[in-house]
Amino acid sequence: MAKKTRTEAKKLTKVFWVDRLKKIGALAVIAIIYIWSARGVGFNLLEIFRELPSFFSLLGEMIPPNWAYSRRLINPLVETIQIAILGTFFGAILTIPLTLLAANNITRNKYIYFFAKGFMNIFRTIPELLYAAILVAGIGLGAFSGMLAITIFSIVVIAKLTSESLEAISYGPLEALQAVGGNKLEMIKYAVVPQILPAYTSYSLYVFEINIRVSTVLGLVGAGGIGVPLQTSLNLFRYQNASMIILVTFILVMAIDYASTKLREVLV
Amino acid sequence: MVNILEFDNVSVVYPGNVQALKKVSLTINEGEFVVIVGLSGAGKSTLLRTVNRLVEPTEGKIRIEGRDITKLNKKELKQMRAQIGMIFQNFNLVNRSRVIRNVLAGRLSYVPTWRTLLGLFPVEDKEIALSALERVRISEKANVRADHLSGGQQQRVGIARALAQRPKIILADEPVASLDPPTSHAVMKDLRRINKEDKITTLVNLHFIDLAQEYGERIIGLRDGELVFDGPASEVDEGVFEEIYGRSITDDDLRGGTKVGQENQN
Amino acid sequence: MKINWQLFKRVVNLLVILGVIIWSLEGMNINWERISRGIPSIGNIIKLMFPPDMSYFSRSLSAMMESIQIAVIGTTIAAVLAFPISFLSAAKIGVPFWVVFLAKQILNAIRTFPELILGIFFVASYGPGPLAGVMAIGINSIGMLGKLNSEIVETIDRGPIEALEASGSNRAEVFLYAIFPQVLPQFLATALYRFELNLRAATVLGLVGAGGIGVILLQSLQFRRWPIVGMSLLIIIVVVTIIDYSSAYIRKRIT
Repeated sequence: MAKKTRTEAKKLTKVFWVDRLKKIGALAVIAIIYIWSARGVGFNLLEIFRELPSFFSLLGEMIPPNWAYSRRLINPLVETIQIAILGTFFGAILTIPLTLLAANNITRNKYIYFFAKGFMNIFRTIPELLYAAILVAGIGLGAFSGMLAITIFSIVVIAKLTSESLEAISYGPLEALQAVGGNKLEMIKYAVVPQILPAYTSYSLYVFEINIRVSTVLGLVGAGGIGVPLQTSLNLFRYQNASMIILVTFILVMAIDYASTKLREVLV
Repeated sequence: MVNILEFDNVSVVYPGNVQALKKVSLTINEGEFVVIVGLSGAGKSTLLRTVNRLVEPTEGKIRIEGRDITKLNKKELKQMRAQIGMIFQNFNLVNRSRVIRNVLAGRLSYVPTWRTLLGLFPVEDKEIALSALERVRISEKANVRADHLSGGQQQRVGIARALAQRPKIILADEPVASLDPPTSHAVMKDLRRINKEDKITTLVNLHFIDLAQEYGERIIGLRDGELVFDGPASEVDEGVFEEIYGRSITDDDLRGGTKVGQENQN
Repeated sequence: MKINWQLFKRVVNLLVILGVIIWSLEGMNINWERISRGIPSIGNIIKLMFPPDMSYFSRSLSAMMESIQIAVIGTTIAAVLAFPISFLSAAKIGVPFWVVFLAKQILNAIRTFPELILGIFFVASYGPGPLAGVMAIGINSIGMLGKLNSEIVETIDRGPIEALEASGSNRAEVFLYAIFPQVLPQFLATALYRFELNLRAATVLGLVGAGGIGVILLQSLQFRRWPIVGMSLLIIIVVVTIIDYSSAYIRKRIT
């Protein structure tokens, strides 16, 4: 008996070592990726510390912020909010068909499903600023291009999140409705929508929070909002104006985050 | 009869003036299999947890092998705890870790810290862990993730972990409350068998009176933190339970499950 | 009476939303003429983007690699720095209340800062290049990682902790055998998820000069070299998709 456990124990040691080697192997892979990246980026702790004085001198030039400048920021600020609101709003509405098509329990046709999902995934990889830049090149400068960019982005992101939740809903209510004799649309309206509505609203609010942050920098490519005066101030080296803008942006995002939390409590 | 555990006028008051134990005095001898019964909130869990000082007594003394444990310092407390194995209602296993790692956790106080930090357990400790798994008849599951097991199997791993400590006392806090009737009987049988074969003093909290009657040697009844019954299981019938509970017995107080079903459980 | 009140609230809500939308639309200065000219213009641009300029392939690819590198280092820095903060900002595990509160506030402040603005800031002080991107991503990610990880810490199973304390283990052992095994896979998953987001951020940061493929995009957009834009877009789409899928796969495996 004792001999048997001894051999078992020795086998265990081997199992533990295999585990350990697997962990070390994974760590080695990560280390390689890390080293490759660090060299590519020229990551040099020394350099970071060496450049620290210029970092602080820039900081110094930005303080104190130019309070008087805030008057001229009211319009761009409002524009930023409007871009985010409209972009999220239209995005949340226009996403509905895409969301439904990209959920494999709503869309039975395999081809349509794969196409929709592929479409959604591809367009998710493109950053909003890029949409904005292209739209500006085509339609022209201004908040409208920014709003369109936000809309497109919102459509695909909300679709991704909501379609995944859709695929995870419970089937009970759907079956019940089928049994009663409902058609596809009725099923969606009475069984799917009530289940998915809280998640959908929550995701839309989450995307809104992202969008407000993005809207603040759309101006850098000319798509409106508070990013426009930011770009100008930086180009003209008016750092105190820039820091005022940053401060205002910070407050805006905080306010919107807070509002969004409150909205969440009410709507979700 | 060696006196291994002694409660001397132990009282426990929780913050908010909740009195969980009122001047409980009790002597437990080595090798006894004691079942503690009482309603929820009667003080069973508290009583058990004062033994390894997971709960601090507000008054009174507790002596293990004659030593007053309320006066121990940190290091001595850890050493004492190493000799007391505890089994929990919710098993308290690390779900992601393998069974054998969970059982080895019982050896932590016996293996130097630098070794445990690197996960290098000596062969002897691995042997002890494996033997413990064999005592509860699931050594074949040693390399399985803990959450891939059934409830009954997980509790047996919990028992194995306690056994790996080579404890003098085993405390079982509602060990079968999360298990179905046949499995409950199997686990209680295991606890009795280990108590008899290894001569480990065992204290078990139960709120199922049929299990208490079937497996207990000595029954202790608590009501509202007071000791209201202390005697051999043979002296206990439904009337005694009604006195301990302060109300008549309902179906909820019975686990059910006949002895016949026990052979098929896992 | 009750029904009327509900309906009334609903109508009011709808009107408020409608009002906000209309107000916002006013601010857009929608010039329908410009738009009607713009749509075909966009179509034109898209046609010009494909076929993409293959001669730019290797340059775009190596720039994309730089973006990946920026994301890797940035995420790693953030993950390492966020690790202790995750515990310090977790309530109910024995950390003093004021520490938790302070840590949570700092994390919130970091999270509020748009990444791009951080990027601009670092480009202005460290000069253009990948280093600015790394700093921007690194600092920004600490906020989200810290918050998600602290939530993970707050919801771990206390049971094994109690069991190990009951058998006499010291703090280090309790951490290593009860807390760490529960927490590590999830920490890795959040870091990986953040990496996916950071890769996108890294591509955008290039538009403000912080290295990576964004730099090529910036130049080609400025000079309207659409085939190059198309090439870069293609590479972004392919690489990000591959990394997204791999990351999702790994995340599934480790949780």
